[in-house]
Amino acid sequence: MKHLKFLLVGIFFGIVLVKSEAVSWYRIYEMFRFQSFHMYGIIGTAVLFGILFYLISKKGTIKDNENQSIVFRPKDKGFIRYIVGGSIFGLGWALVGACPGPMYILLGTGVYSMLIVIAAAIVGTFIYGVLKDKLPH
Amino acid sequence: MDFILNPWPWYISGPLIALVMALLVYFGKTFGMSSNLRTMCTMLGADKYSNFFKFNWKEQSWNLIVVLGAIIGGYIAVNFLSNDAVSNLNPKTISELRDLGFNHAGATLVPNELYDYESMTSLKGFLILIIGGLLVGFGTRYAGGCTSGHAITGLSSLQKPSLIAVIGFFIGGLIMTNLILPLIF
Repeated sequence: MKHLKFLLVGIFFGIVLVKSEAVSWYRIYEMFRFQSFHMYGIIGTAVLFGILFYLISKKGTIKDNENQSIVFRPKDKGFIRYIVGGSIFGLGWALVGACPGPMYILLGTGVYSMLIVIAAAIVGTFIYGVLKDKLPH
Repeated sequence: MDFILNPWPWYISGPLIALVMALLVYFGKTFGMSSNLRTMCTMLGADKYSNFFKFNWKEQSWNLIVVLGAIIGGYIAVNFLSNDAVSNLNPKTISELRDLGFNHAGATLVPNELYDYESMTSLKGFLILIIGGLLVGFGTRYAGGCTSGHAITGLSSLQKPSLIAVIGFFIGGLIMTNLILPLIF
């Protein structure tokens, strides 16, 4: 039962991403053509509210559900991995129109061919894991 | 009910996505969807091939539950919370896409020209889905996160690595949409 809250958050996440059209291939295309404010508005307001939450939680006013201080795990330092890895991801994102969250959500909406993309993404992750030590980070 | 059944405006959607992140952080976890791909690798036995996959995947089971929820959420959203409103895309986008061969821009969430049975089983269509998936899977792990982990969580917590990653997302996305897509279609 302790997992029920995660199921509910996931359901909510899926609904929000479909209703906001963030899972739409066309919206991603439109964003990368700078032809609409829609996606920028979504990401912008999400980050704005996210920053607000971060700043409030940093003050210690909000504790997590086990009454611990809220921590945002710091990302490792680096440059190459972020710019190169990010660009590789961006190429795929704009091609299939789905990042990892929307892949699953679109599967739920009935786009069963997304299973091919998900399987390939698992293989892609595997390839990274095998090559990890040989790649610049 | 129309305000629920129609597509939601960005100023409603963005804050709700921030809420998803806040809830997961409140539950002592993180908002990162691409991590699940690594977990699935480990579950499938990838730990035999690289130390990167040697971790106790059961500790990540909460995140797989989020994935399961997301799938259910997608199902609920299209079957119970939608009407047949067509996406309010820029008319310019629609006509551009028509020139590329995408005929019903905005009528569905993903183009049939990429995702229907006929496209999926053609060599070109199949390769697009495979290559796209490989790029997403490899790129997110190399960059240490995707849209949820870097663009939302990382930028919200004012982390420089995430800003670099998001700049990368845009470099890749702009190249694909503006330079490569017109070559393949």
